[in-house]
Amino acid sequence: MEIQTAKEKNTVVVSVKGKIDAVTAPEFEKVLGKLIADGENTFLLNFSGLEYISSAGLRSILSTAKQLKPKSGRILFSGLQGPVKDVFKISGFGTIFKIFETREDALK
Amino acid sequence: MAIPSTITLPGTLDSLYPFMDFVTSFSREQGFGSEKIGEIELALEEVLVNIIKHAYKECDIEGNIKITCTQDDKHSLVLEIADWGTPFNIFSAREPDISLDIDERQIGGLGIFFVKKLMDEVRYRLEDDQNKLTLVIHNTHLSSDKR
Repeated sequence: MEIQTAKEKNTVVVSVKGKIDAVTAPEFEKVLGKLIADGENTFLLNFSGLEYISSAGLRSILSTAKQLKPKSGRILFSGLQGPVKDVFKISGFGTIFKIFETREDALK
Repeated sequence: MAIPSTITLPGTLDSLYPFMDFVTSFSREQGFGSEKIGEIELALEEVLVNIIKHAYKECDIEGNIKITCTQDDKHSLVLEIADWGTPFNIFSAREPDISLDIDERQIGGLGIFFVKKLMDEVRYRLEDDQNKLTLVIHNTHLSSDKR
C-alpha cells in the first residue's frame, strides 16, 4: 500500500495505491487519524490506484467517518475501480458515502 | 482432477499473505480468471482474519490454520479451512444492516457477509475439536457472475 496526501482548497486528497487489507488497514487509519488530529476535516479518498479492499479497510473508513461527524467533517471518494467498486456496492458503502468518478469531479 | 493441495501455518496475521498466495496459485492452475480470484482472495482474507482475531487471539489460544484446496467433479474449487480455536459457526453471525447511515452503522460483521455473498456454497462443521469451513466456488462461465 502506498499513500500520498495533498491539499487542494479545503480538502485533503488522500490517494491510496495497492491493497487495503487486514495487514495494511491500521496504517491507512493512522494516516487519516493524524490528519484529523492536525485539524483537517474534509477528505477526498482517491482510490483510482486501489486494487483491493477488504472489510478491514471498510472498518477503518467507517470509524474515521464516525470521528468526523461531530466535527462537521466528511469523506468523499473518487476513482473506484473493479473489485473495490464491487465491495462498495455489496457493503452499502456506495450509498452512504458520496462517490465521484474522478478526483476532478469531486473537487469541483 | 487436481491433486489436493494442503498448507498449514500458524494462525497469525503473518500467515495471511502466504495463505492467500497459496490459494491464488491453486485457483489460477484450475483456470479461474482474475476477477473470480479477486473474490476468492477477499472471502479467504475475511475467513482467516476472523479465525486469527476471534478464534485465537481474543481467546488467548495459539494454534494453526490448515487449508486444503481441491476440485470436485464439477470442476468447482473447494477450499476447506480448519482451525483449532474457539468454536464459531459462521451461520450464527448476525448480518449487518447495510442500509443504515454512518451514525447507526455498526463497525464489523461485514467480513462474514462478504463470504456468504461471494462464495457459491459455504458449509460449516465442528469435527474433532476443529472448526471446518468449506467454501465452494463454481468454475463455469455460466455461473461466473451471480450478482
